[in-house]
Amino acid sequence: MSAPGATGPAVGWQAAAVSGADPATPSEADPAALDVRGLTFAYPDGRRALHGVDLRVEPGERVALLGPNGAGKTTLALHLDGILRASAGTVRVGGLEVGPTTLREVRRRVQLVFQDPDDQLFSPTVRDDVAFGPANLGLRGAELDARVAEALTAVGMAEHAERVPHHLSFGQRRRVAIATVLAMRPDVLVLDEPTSNLDPAGRRELGEILDGLDAALLVATHDLPFALQLCPRAVVLDDGVVVADGPTADLLADADLMAAHRLELPYGFDPRSVPPARDTRR
Amino acid sequence: MPHPVDGLLVVADSPVHRLPAQTKVVAVVLVVLAVVLTPAGAWAVLGVQAASVVLVAGLARLPAGLVLRRMAVEAPFVVFALLMPFVATGPTTQLGPVTVSQAGLLGGATLLVKATVGVLAAVVLAATTEARALLAGLERLRLPVVLVAILSFMLRYVVVIAEELHRTRLAREARGGGGPRDRLAAVAGGVGTRFVRTYERGERVQQAMLARGYTGRMPAFADGGATVGQWAVALSLPAAALAVLVAAAVAGRLP
Amino acid sequence: MHVPDGFLDVPTSVATGVVAVAVVGTALRRAEREIAETGPALPGLTAAFVFAAQMVNFPVGAGTSGHLLGGALAAALVGPWTAVVVLTAVLLVQGLLFADGGLTALGTNVLTMAVVGVVVGYLVARLVLRLLPARSRSVVPAAAIGAFVSVPAAALAFTALYAIGGTVDIPLGRLATAMVGWHLVIGIGEALITAAVLGAVMATRPDLVHLARHLPTAAPEAAAEGAVDSPAPGARQPVRLGRRTLAIGGVATLVVAGAVSLLASANPDGLEYVAESMGFVGAARDSAVAGSPLADYAVSGLANPWVSGAIAGVVGALVTVALGLLLALVARRLRGARVARAAALD
Repeated sequence: MSAPGATGPAVGWQAAAVSGADPATPSEADPAALDVRGLTFAYPDGRRALHGVDLRVEPGERVALLGPNGAGKTTLALHLDGILRASAGTVRVGGLEVGPTTLREVRRRVQLVFQDPDDQLFSPTVRDDVAFGPANLGLRGAELDARVAEALTAVGMAEHAERVPHHLSFGQRRRVAIATVLAMRPDVLVLDEPTSNLDPAGRRELGEILDGLDAALLVATHDLPFALQLCPRAVVLDDGVVVADGPTADLLADADLMAAHRLELPYGFDPRSVPPARDTRR
Repeated sequence: MPHPVDGLLVVADSPVHRLPAQTKVVAVVLVVLAVVLTPAGAWAVLGVQAASVVLVAGLARLPAGLVLRRMAVEAPFVVFALLMPFVATGPTTQLGPVTVSQAGLLGGATLLVKATVGVLAAVVLAATTEARALLAGLERLRLPVVLVAILSFMLRYVVVIAEELHRTRLAREARGGGGPRDRLAAVAGGVGTRFVRTYERGERVQQAMLARGYTGRMPAFADGGATVGQWAVALSLPAAALAVLVAAAVAGRLP
Repeated sequence: MHVPDGFLDVPTSVATGVVAVAVVGTALRRAEREIAETGPALPGLTAAFVFAAQMVNFPVGAGTSGHLLGGALAAALVGPWTAVVVLTAVLLVQGLLFADGGLTALGTNVLTMAVVGVVVGYLVARLVLRLLPARSRSVVPAAAIGAFVSVPAAALAFTALYAIGGTVDIPLGRLATAMVGWHLVIGIGEALITAAVLGAVMATRPDLVHLARHLPTAAPEAAAEGAVDSPAPGARQPVRLGRRTLAIGGVATLVVAGAVSLLASANPDGLEYVAESMGFVGAARDSAVAGSPLADYAVSGLANPWVSGAIAGVVGALVTVALGLLLALVARRLRGARVARAAALD
């Protein structure tokens, strides 16, 4: 699939929204799943992490967030569900602006999957962890059980509901962590390095699980083949700004762009040799 | 036939395992109270009480070797009990070449027996109760919800942190040379860094909780309570221990 | 210092349990505001950390290794109320799951280690912090001295409880001397370990240290002055525990030590004394007096047994606090000397 407006490699990959909507005039009738404008953030010690990030993700769309370490990918992710507050700029989730009064609703719509699943699995059993979120939303009894079953089935861990987290393998814990946030039925799922430390089979299983989801996905990753396989569109973040935004295959084939931002393809991998990921925008 | 061990739990099915945690906690505390109530030197009574706890350990199908190993935690305190005959006051007696206090001898020996029974009871409790079930039981016993939640987090992460500490210590010790000052600095430095990492993990866990809608209300672990029958079964142990004591007292057989 | 079952009689065990519940309940309520807002994750992880840290073998020199109690360290890191709750959680798990510490002795262990250990460690650290220059560099020595004092303080508390309900007759004075003396030595190890661990935390994330909040970090020019520093302009004033509070705390410690000893010796030895002096000699004999732990008092040459017991308690407390303060003054002197030398070298 090639997006409208995409030409070829080399220069021209400025941060232009590929999805077709004009970023200057938001449409209330058709809000983006994620709409980030001019997001600026500095850490308390003065370190500036984000210097005006613009990003728009449509409902159901899958976008890879690429960039070297320290680019600000995790920092950006933490703004999307209101964990961090921007110094300037706005974040809109389904039209709703993220702010101190809207956090509850924002967190119904956007959920993060952290890099370390142990940070998200804090309950005695898998079932307790998956039930934690929906229980806080007010679900009880049979409805709660059904929601838990639904989330665990989506990640293929339904038969492990009574298990204790430290008995699970890393890959299983990662899947359960995804289930804990799926149980909130978010519109947008933001994943931070989901394939790190997974063996190849685990990686494939994860890809299948994510491919089966309806939610929009923003996947921050170093795993370029995974990004190519799952996400038709990619955004490159470096030094706190978006430096490229376009079809994943085209970005990965742009050698100059890759080199300029410390992105490297695995040995022997040709991004043009695989079919592009399917377009899942609604 | 060895049973698999899952943390502290010995995975088996026994009448003891099946009892709800709150009944076991109360039973264990009461039986030890009965034992402590028994006056020094009442060996027959203490013997019966100890035997009843050993019986429960057997009913729970706990391997003897495992139980004995876990009871070794008592070891440092045994030294204290052995000192008693030498530091206590009162009339003395000759024990070989040394003069010891009679009361100290009696008291020390009694102390040793009582403490051992207490340790055994605690080992049986831990070996027959799942961590989550224990939390549920404590909640039913009206332990403050916040404290139960803290215990829950503690149990969840203590293995993670202990492993990290171990790895850090190994790494530091491998690198560190020099005198004792350096070694302490290396080990303690590793521990200090671990605290920072642990705290940062705590912040992330907190963020994860907030992200999943945490409002200040802790999730409850306990669903149902124990039946009267289950309470009766559990309390039969302390009841027996107390009965023996009372019987001996009534029969005038207590020292 | 985990007391097993059988050390203290049933009434004392129950009473300490009740008092422990009350004190921990108060600490929970004080800490709860923070815990409810931020969640139980941080205290829970701190508890897990203290538990794991207590298992670490710290090389304290001369081929020996020591273990950490952690009350003063926890108070320095997360504040006194949360530290009480954290240490209580650790003791609960140790007692319930690891048979470390008797279940009937939980009240005793909580009072000595989670309450006295934490509170004394914290108060002494705050006291020392007032004597030292108001800089973040003072935090580690202050906490170390607090840690040093907290261990014999806990031992003294145990001695007091034993005086009330110990099951074997041991002369109170001898027990107090032995316990406090031995734990003064252990306190050194605790101080060293606390200093090393807290130092590592202060080096990377001083913002995580409760004891260091409101303290400005030392600016290079200020360090060279050598005199008492004034906080950097714009820095917040250090929060001080009022002199009154500290004085009250200090006096309370002494009063408790003395009063408990008095109470212990008043029962029933004092009773016997009173009975004798009032002529009820016979009545006193067939009570439990004859077998009481305090029947034979051999501490000091004082004829009046209950006074000598009280004095033993008070002296113990005084010695401990005095040692702590002496260390603080020495530390301050050394710091002044070191800084002056550094300034002279410029």
